[in-house]
Formats: sequence, structure tokens, C-alpha cells
Amino acid sequence: MKALAIAVLWGLTFAAAHAAESGRTPKPVIAIEKPGQCVEATDVMRRDHMKLLKHQRDKTMHQGIRSKPHSLNECIACHASQKTGSVIGAEGFCQSCHDYAAVKLDCWDCHQPKPGQKAATGVRP
Amino acid sequence: MSNNREQAQPANDRHPLPGEGGRGEGSNVSRRGFLATSAAALAGLTLAPGINLIEIAAAKPDSEPVTSKVRWGMLIDTTRCQSGCTDCVSACGKENGLGEVTKPRTDAQWIRKIDLTDLKSGHALSLPMMCQHCANPPCVDVCPTGASFKRADGIVLVDRHTCIGCRYCMMACPYKARSFVHEPHTDQNPEVPRGQGCVESCTLCVHRVDRGGTPACVEACAAAGHNAMMFGDLNNPESEISKRIREVKTTQVRADLKLDLGVRYEGI
Repeated sequence: MKALAIAVLWGLTFAAAHAAESGRTPKPVIAIEKPGQCVEATDVMRRDHMKLLKHQRDKTMHQGIRSKPHSLNECIACHASQKTGSVIGAEGFCQSCHDYAAVKLDCWDCHQPKPGQKAATGVRP
Repeated sequence: MSNNREQAQPANDRHPLPGEGGRGEGSNVSRRGFLATSAAALAGLTLAPGINLIEIAAAKPDSEPVTSKVRWGMLIDTTRCQSGCTDCVSACGKENGLGEVTKPRTDAQWIRKIDLTDLKSGHALSLPMMCQHCANPPCVDVCPTGASFKRADGIVLVDRHTCIGCRYCMMACPYKARSFVHEPHTDQNPEVPRGQGCVESCTLCVHRVDRGGTPACVEACAAAGHNAMMFGDLNNPESEISKRIREVKTTQVRADLKLDLGVRYEGI
């Protein structure tokens, strides 16, 4: 019975992840389409990317510091999918992992998830 | 009210980018941008005791914080501003992803054109009105979260990460300069994040200014051949805007409120 409950919970947690199946458990899609050196080591980025982004966010907003390495737009420029041109969407670099970890992303309520996007009309119909 | 937002630390970037300063926006290699690149050669050149050319002319490098040595401002010559021309408004909409105003009651307007006529004399004026970038901004006074703030260089902004959309600042602003975003957005300019539930207003195109550029409206006005808008550093006595303000009579709208505006008007 307990095993069944756990199985149901797992199913619920990862149903939304829409992740590539490998073996028995779904995994997030982490596609590195532009291989190369990230601005920090992989383990640092996995653990602390949100801290780096938040720190840079306040520096940019309040002090006008627009240096590139930790800026959100630079993340997007490198990690946007070549297929969809975006870091969100089911297999997007940001969203697939965040869905897997069940951490809500609200960056994209305001920020543009596609690099180089030029605003057309602004308002969604 | 204490603000527990993580305080920004002094620049500690692992990868300082050499030669970042003075980048113009695309083809708009501004006069300031040019001066910044040549400033390195002029380092140490002193105009007057205590005033170094490099301090007053340099566009800041990307990794440096803004300082109160500059105060950005704008001078609008209403005698040159053409009634019926809305190039500044459409340039602002394009640059900041505002789009066309189809619902004037609710759509965001960062800058709007105003036509005024003196009923007795018939004297008519046309002018753009936007955030006046006050030195003592009422919107900052009333903001309950600290989202509305003034940068060291005098640009008044809304930090959307902290804004709760209460719209108290909209009530406080004497210039009706702020707008509330009522609807979700998806095609923002990557440099200008904006979305539902926050208050916003003219940023003086802060993303351009930080890189040595000028606001989109000023550029559009010059492109239309009107040259009614001038952007520059009010703290630098040698800047074109300061010289002009010294020479001609300029007006701060509602000067009685003693807000010390960054946007001045000529000819009203």
C-alpha cells in the first residue's frame, strides 16, 4: 500500500515534466546545444544559478551594472533551443528542469525568453 | 520600512570586459560614446581644478555602478515641437515594446503628446509629457515596498521585482506619468522586461543610457528633423543641455511643487 502511494506521488510529480524517458524514471531534458564553457563550473551553476541571477538583477536594476557573465539575457543567448528559439516550453532549458524540480518560474512573466526578440505589438490579443 | 532585498555588492565580476565602455547603440555611436573611447587617451587632462575631462565625459564601463556625478535630464523646446507629430511616442512604443495605444484608458503610455491652447490669446503649444525624473520624486516617497526608486544618476525607475502593483505612485505623481500593466505580455524587448501587475513609466531608456546612448524619443525627434528634445548631463556645466539652460529661460512644470525636475521645457 505504501509503495503504491509513493508510486502515485512520483507519477503526479513528474507527469508534468514531460521529460525524456530513460529507464523507469522520467528525467528533465538538459540539451546543451552550444557546447563550451559556461560562466561558472557546472556544479556551481546547478546549485547557485539563482543566487548569481538575483545578485546581478539587483546590480543591474539599481546600479546600472550591465556586465555580461551573470546576466539573464546572456543565459538566454546561449541556452535557447535552436528548435523553438526559447528557453521555455516543454523541452526548454529552463522550464524542463524547473518542471522536474517543481520550482515555479515567474521570470518569463516579464522577461523575454527568446534572444534577439524585437517587440512587435506588445499586447497579446 | 526595511527592505530585505539582497543588497547589491560592489562589482566583483570574474570576467571584466575590457573595452566595454563607450559602446554605441547600433549605428548610433553617440557623441558621449565617442568621447568615452577617446577618454583613455585624455586621462588626467584637467579642465579646471578638480574637474577632469575623463570624469565628466566618460560613458561608464558596463561593470561600474552609476554615480551621482551625472544627473541625466532632458530639455524640450516647445517652439520646435510640431503639433500632430507623434514620432517620439511611436519611437518609445517600439523601443520599449509598448506597441500602439488601442485602449487609451488602460494601455501603458510612457510618453504622450499634449496640445495646449491659451483660450484668450489663441497661442497654441505642443509638447511631449512623460516622467519628469524629479530629484525629490513623490512616487518614491509613497511606495510601500521600495520598488519605486531614484538611481544615483537621477533616473527614476520601478523595480518590478519588488513592485506589488498597488498604484499608490500613480496617485502621487503630479504628471500622470505612470501606467499600470493590466494585461499579460509576451513579446517584450529583451532589454526592457515588462509584464502584468506592475506599474511602469519612462525609464529615460536606461538600457541605452547605460551604454552611452540617448533615449529613443530624442533620437526620433532628431531623425524627424525637429530637434525639439535634448538629452544630457545636468551636472556637467559644459554639456549642451546645461549651456542651453544657462542661456534661455526654461520652465519646470509645476515648479511650485519644488520637485527639482530632470525634464525642463523651453517656450512655455
